[in-house]
Amino acid sequence: MNDLTSLAPLLVAVPLASAALLLLLGRAADRWGHWLGVLASTAAFVVGAVLLTDLLGRPADDRVLDVHLFDWISAGHFDLSAGLRVDPLSLTFVLLVTFVGTLIHVYSVAYMAHDAARRRFFAYLNLFIAAMLVLVLADSYLLLFVGWEGVGLASYLLIGFWNHHTPYAVAAKKAFVANRVGDIGLLVALMLMFATFGAVDFDSVAAGVGGASQGTLTAIGLMLLLAACGKSAQFPLQSWLGDAMAGPTPVSALIHAATMVTAGVYLIVRSAPVFEGAPTAQLVVTIIGAITLLIGAIIGCAKDDIKKALAASTMSQIGYMVLAAGLGPVGYAFAIFHLVTHGFFKAGMFLGAGSVMHGMDDQTDMRRFGGLRKYMVITWVTFGAGWLAILGVPPFSGFWSKDKIIESAFVVPEVGGEWRAWLFGAVALVGAGITAFYMSRMFFMTFHGRQRWAQTSDGHDQHPHESPALMTIPMVLLAVGSVGLGFVLQLGGGFTTWLEPVTGHVEHHEPVLPVLVIQVATLVAVALGLALAWRQYLSLPVPEAAPAGTVLTRAARVDLYQDAVNDAVLVEPGRHLTRSLVYGDRTAVDGAFTGLGRLTVGIGELVRKVQTGYARQYAATMLLGLVVLAVVVLAPRI
Amino acid sequence: MTLTHYLVLSAILFSLGAATVLLRRNAIIVFMGVELMLNATNLALVTFARLHGDLTGQVMAFFVMVVAAAEVVVGLAIIVSIFRTRKSASVDDINLLKS
Repeated sequence: MNDLTSLAPLLVAVPLASAALLLLLGRAADRWGHWLGVLASTAAFVVGAVLLTDLLGRPADDRVLDVHLFDWISAGHFDLSAGLRVDPLSLTFVLLVTFVGTLIHVYSVAYMAHDAARRRFFAYLNLFIAAMLVLVLADSYLLLFVGWEGVGLASYLLIGFWNHHTPYAVAAKKAFVANRVGDIGLLVALMLMFATFGAVDFDSVAAGVGGASQGTLTAIGLMLLLAACGKSAQFPLQSWLGDAMAGPTPVSALIHAATMVTAGVYLIVRSAPVFEGAPTAQLVVTIIGAITLLIGAIIGCAKDDIKKALAASTMSQIGYMVLAAGLGPVGYAFAIFHLVTHGFFKAGMFLGAGSVMHGMDDQTDMRRFGGLRKYMVITWVTFGAGWLAILGVPPFSGFWSKDKIIESAFVVPEVGGEWRAWLFGAVALVGAGITAFYMSRMFFMTFHGRQRWAQTSDGHDQHPHESPALMTIPMVLLAVGSVGLGFVLQLGGGFTTWLEPVTGHVEHHEPVLPVLVIQVATLVAVALGLALAWRQYLSLPVPEAAPAGTVLTRAARVDLYQDAVNDAVLVEPGRHLTRSLVYGDRTAVDGAFTGLGRLTVGIGELVRKVQTGYARQYAATMLLGLVVLAVVVLAPRI
Repeated sequence: MTLTHYLVLSAILFSLGAATVLLRRNAIIVFMGVELMLNATNLALVTFARLHGDLTGQVMAFFVMVVAAAEVVVGLAIIVSIFRTRKSASVDDINLLKS
């Protein structure tokens, strides 16, 4: 450990201290608290950048650095120290989280300017940054779990930030519960690791994988996948993400688009040794990714709420990443690559949506937007950059990352038949087409076409306006990333080479179709989606009230009945179970004890009657007793 | 065996005393029944002493007399005190422990 890596603990300590300070100082910090939050996040980014220069200055095989913090748990043969691991993968996340995080902090200064609880908001944001950095920097699954819970807490606090509005509080609770289901998976995986390897740090687990049975590894892999599904809103735990849009828009941008929801992808890539030993679990990961990719895309086509449409899109894009992560070493680097570019363009679009809401009296219904291009030029341009990036139009960021994932999906895996390449490739390709459709729909409905503005909540006409510079500058910077980051990172395979110390070196695999054919097919699919959206939402007028729609549209509007299914399969049986348990407790358990009491009282009532209070009766009883005694004693002698 | 007659008389007296205790309500009469039972017992004790030819039974009879005297003193005092407060000497009225 040299001097620079010893800075790593500061990454966590600074935002954490800032969060504690903001919460403890209370109203005393109201006037300047938000700037402290921005400063803490910026400081973390600067430390991350310093570490990056340090790591880049080392040879590739010396880029995994461990920073020992303290001995954490020591019990018998089990020793665990808390430590940070600075390697290309974790540092990529650190830079993404702190850079996008800092921009969103700055944006929030203006966005939350009129909120009385702005200081608390920044305290939670700092808490989130600290927890997320613990998650990605941890060198053991247990410390990762601490960060994992920390981001879950921050997410809960921020979704329910306006919890005086009951549906928002309910949405926060829903997110928390769905995440808890995933956390159980991570806990069980931890226990299995402890039982199998006797250790839970990354190195010991990776070293012990060779000696473990495939069944155990599959179980650990599936449990890790469950955890990833909870955190990353993957099928079948995806239902919370749409509701999580109840939080302030910067939160949606930072936590529910760019960083926290991608933690599941990080977990899978970080657990690569486990998944390498469990092809079945890997296949399940790919399938889950493919399913979520399509579900998210279909839902995105039907949502009229701009934030919920973006949330569905996030779900779908993370589906791409999970799919790539399930493909094995051939896909890890591209999963992370897409994660980074997605972090930029999706956060940029969320901030754009926030900017639109800022100018449109917090309305989110895209059917009541339209024609905003003239009034919000910067928002239009930056959102447009994100739109082209997510479509995968060359040379925008998304093209370089998503195209690689689609190509990887078409590669025949080392284990398993050729059908997988065709199936997953086709799903990824179709997904790209649907993505193009719903993102274009969103873009056209919001910024183009006729002005369909509703009146403001207090009955005035809308006067849309561009947001202040504090909001537009982060949007511009993210838009620059959306345009150029993908191209810069892929230069000479730079990003995949950078990740090699973690993901391993992969020989190039040939897909079942020529790369050029796949690229052309992808672009054709995108063009088709774009053209369809153009015809439907630009050439034809957009109705202000949602039309009835087909069966699929109606299903997609209610998230493909995921809430109804959850209610029917989980919530209702759960309610019945608790009710019958309460009934059983009242009748059987309570009944036994109150029955015992009643029995005692009843016997007492009966025996009480003997005690009449008449002295002569007592005397008669005594006499009778005496006679009986005398008879008993004397009878045998006669 | 003339001594048997004493025992029979003792049994009759004891039964009379017991019947008085159980059947009469007036506390004074009940008391007299108790005395009758004690004296019937004394008669039996003395008879048995005679039968066995030793003095133990007669000594016991003296003890019974002493106890009976003490009991009469305490008992009559209680009865007088109850009569003063409740204007009644009926044993059936003394049932405050129930209720």
